[in-house]
Amino acid sequence: MSVVAASQVDRRTLIRQSARKSHRRRQIAGVVAAALCGLGLCIALVPLISIVALTVSKGIAAWSVDFFTRLPTPAGIPGGGIVNALVGSLIIDGLAAVMALPVGFIVALFLAEHEGRLANTVRFVVDVAAGLPAITIGLFAYAIVVLPEGHFSALSASVALAVLMLPIAIRAGETAIRTVPQDLWEAGIALGIRRARVARSLVIVSALPGLVTASLLAISRAIGEAAPLLFTAIGSQVFATSLGQPMASLSLVVYFDGIQPYPDLQRTAWGTALTLLVIVMLLNVSSRLLARRMRRFTR
Amino acid sequence: MTGGRDRRRLTRHLRLGDRAYRRVLQGFGVFVLVIFVAVGATLFIQAWPAFKHSGPGFVTGTTWDPSHAIYGAVPFIAGTLFTSAIGLALAIPIGIGAAIFLAEYAPRRISGALGMLVELLAAVPSVVYGLWGFLVLGPIFQNTIEPRLSWLPFAHGAPLPVGLLLAGVILAVMVLPTIVAVTRDLANAVPATSREAVFGLGGTRWQMVRTAVLPAIRTGVVGAVVLGLGRALGETMAVTFVIGNTNAVPNSLIAPAQTMASLIANEFTEATEPFHASALLGIAVLLLVIAVIVNALARLLVWSVSREVRETV
Repeated sequence: MSVVAASQVDRRTLIRQSARKSHRRRQIAGVVAAALCGLGLCIALVPLISIVALTVSKGIAAWSVDFFTRLPTPAGIPGGGIVNALVGSLIIDGLAAVMALPVGFIVALFLAEHEGRLANTVRFVVDVAAGLPAITIGLFAYAIVVLPEGHFSALSASVALAVLMLPIAIRAGETAIRTVPQDLWEAGIALGIRRARVARSLVIVSALPGLVTASLLAISRAIGEAAPLLFTAIGSQVFATSLGQPMASLSLVVYFDGIQPYPDLQRTAWGTALTLLVIVMLLNVSSRLLARRMRRFTR
Repeated sequence: MTGGRDRRRLTRHLRLGDRAYRRVLQGFGVFVLVIFVAVGATLFIQAWPAFKHSGPGFVTGTTWDPSHAIYGAVPFIAGTLFTSAIGLALAIPIGIGAAIFLAEYAPRRISGALGMLVELLAAVPSVVYGLWGFLVLGPIFQNTIEPRLSWLPFAHGAPLPVGLLLAGVILAVMVLPTIVAVTRDLANAVPATSREAVFGLGGTRWQMVRTAVLPAIRTGVVGAVVLGLGRALGETMAVTFVIGNTNAVPNSLIAPAQTMASLIANEFTEATEPFHASALLGIAVLLLVIAVIVNALARLLVWSVSREVRETV
């Protein structure tokens, strides 16, 4: 190591050697790190792909015309279907959307048009509320609808899902409304149009595709939730269309049939899980395509 | 947002109709606040009898025995914390590694396709994760994985198709898409100039990731992880399928247990003993408090990041 004693040539080789060594060390570290990251991706993809692949393969095995057109049968009796859960999910989620989306979009308009302490508080509370456990919202709906009425009902389930959808509708709606150019709003004001009219005829109309996207996202989130329905809609074996009665839903069927030890009920659970998956994916993909189209449109 | 302040200046002289319009919007804002405050207040009022009945023992008691009206929440707090901790311990390194690979190493086309796949997977209903965990992963755990874990400390006991570890793994799989998607977006947003600076000094790709990308995205990733934690703590359906429904403090990694959410899901419709339903609502209040703290933390973190970004731009 006596660099001082070494000649010029020796020094150059030494530097070159140590540089090469450092380069090799850094390259090895790089390869190891890349391999670990790649390994992480592989580990992450295996269960995710397994879930989708198994739900598709086992779900398709359970699908048939009867599956979508008949009522459930007790374990051991073949030929049962989920038509009541399909209609139930449609009613419960549809009513929840009707309750939550208009309110959500008005609040979104408020957040996009106003600044101040109230707007900031609302925004913060809504953000925190977006992370509330779904089951606590189910208990809330139980306490304010089921307890006073004295019976489980589809209405209480819709209330729970509406509360669940509200934060999603508000934040996604705010994002959509904020994409509307400020000039448009100012042009309306400059013409002396009343603010409510500007909001309705200019802002909301321009933000419409974005609001549809927000609606689809909120609905897709709500339709997969089972926890808020456990103590509200509670599930049903019959064809219920009255809002005052217990009602079946797709997500509840996946849970109640899935935990049973009977293979034919588990088959129904897989078939229903695939139905849910297809609905959720359709909602998500269409909202994504719509968002992309909107971006091109505004450009 | 650029517009808000300008709009306010324009708002100073308002016509009657415009003032009414503003009041209506504010009214809706207050209405939403009232709803979410009412969620907490209602649960607390309903839980009050059980809180009064059990006293501080409700939060410190380790026994849950509805038939003797003894209600202690410790087993479920422990179950919730353990499953979430297992889930995050698995999801954080795997998720960040996967996201870094997608953002920095994978070819653009593959990265885009896989990234979109991962984002779509974040939308899969939790009940489907639960079904998969119960019917597919549970048997694999019982027959292949858990018998090989007996050398680990805290992993004694009979292998079962349910339990703490399995629930934690399901939670990891559930929060993975979120962590991957957020981390990848953050990494993609790191400016090219700071990457080129490291390359210009002769750094390797990994050195670039370590010195330019990771420090820049750290706070955002922590925010995403805390959001994932909030989701894991409150997750009901996926956990209820595989937790094993045992109302005791778990003494082993593979023992059946119970989380706060799964306890409510399992017992609430059958709660007929005195104070039982009220005690379950008390558990919901505890869960709500934890979730609000975690989410508020995550939100503040994300806000501080976006402020940093806005200031640097």
